[in-house]
Amino acid sequence: MARVVVDVMLKPEILDPQGQAVQGALGRLGFDGVTSVRQGKQFVIDVDGPADETLRGRADEMASTLLANLVIEDYTVRVDD
Amino acid sequence: MALRIGVVTFPGSLDDRDAARAVRLAGGEAVALWHKDRTLSGVDAVVLPGGFSYGDYLRCGAISRFAPVMAAVVEGAQGGLPVLGICNGFQILCESGLLPGALTRNDSLHFVCRDQRLRIESVTTAWTSGYTAGQEIVVPLKNGEGGYVADQLALDELEAEGRIVARYLEVNPNGSRRDIAGISNAAGNVVGLMPHPEHAVEPLTGPTTDGLAFFTSVLTRLVRS
Repeated sequence: MARVVVDVMLKPEILDPQGQAVQGALGRLGFDGVTSVRQGKQFVIDVDGPADETLRGRADEMASTLLANLVIEDYTVRVDD
Repeated sequence: MALRIGVVTFPGSLDDRDAARAVRLAGGEAVALWHKDRTLSGVDAVVLPGGFSYGDYLRCGAISRFAPVMAAVVEGAQGGLPVLGICNGFQILCESGLLPGALTRNDSLHFVCRDQRLRIESVTTAWTSGYTAGQEIVVPLKNGEGGYVADQLALDELEAEGRIVARYLEVNPNGSRRDIAGISNAAGNVVGLMPHPEHAVEPLTGPTTDGLAFFTSVLTRLVRS
């Protein structure tokens, strides 16, 4: 059993109104000095089999096929035992 | 015999019945297609309607684009079949790669529902030949994730090739780049539109009947071809 963790974030040039709304709320709660908030998604995927290069390749394919839209998002993949 | 226009229903589609009604009012035969269908039943054109297919989970249209029917829609579109994606249908077309760019969360963060003035910019597509260039129309708009984005190069290409089909007038309701309300593919048979022409096809229920020409345009095109 291995675990794949995929983080998906909007590309830096894509406006993130949700992140901006969170930043505004943090300011109103008195958290000073917050200069930017970007909101993303994390997928935690458990997979049968070893945490090897094959799985890394499959995880990359999952991310680029479905989990992220590469027009507007970037992703990172981590494979854990 | 009336020309047959397929309207796809995905789990969570909302506007499939209005789209079918618009097809009938335009003089076509509406054919119900189901997301699990593997063929298009020989229809002459396809409408991907608005709604919240698969609950908008992951990203709007991200899961629907892998529905069995979409393989047939993509294949048909690449062969010249007219395809119109409205709202969620536009999102599905972008996710499937038939149209460039993506639709993102409205910059206001609010779901916007209003009668929207548009300018028809391209009348060479399969779905807009019944309009005159520069014609202003008013149709309902209702979306939470309607902000059209693409990189500068793609936007410049859309402008240069005359593939911006409609632009928002007076108000940009969702932060779309360059006020884009709709675009087409290079061949002009695939059009994606965020506002809803199918809700503006008869005086009783719509603010205008300005939307009907999307549906009469494609029928006229099909008769000629």
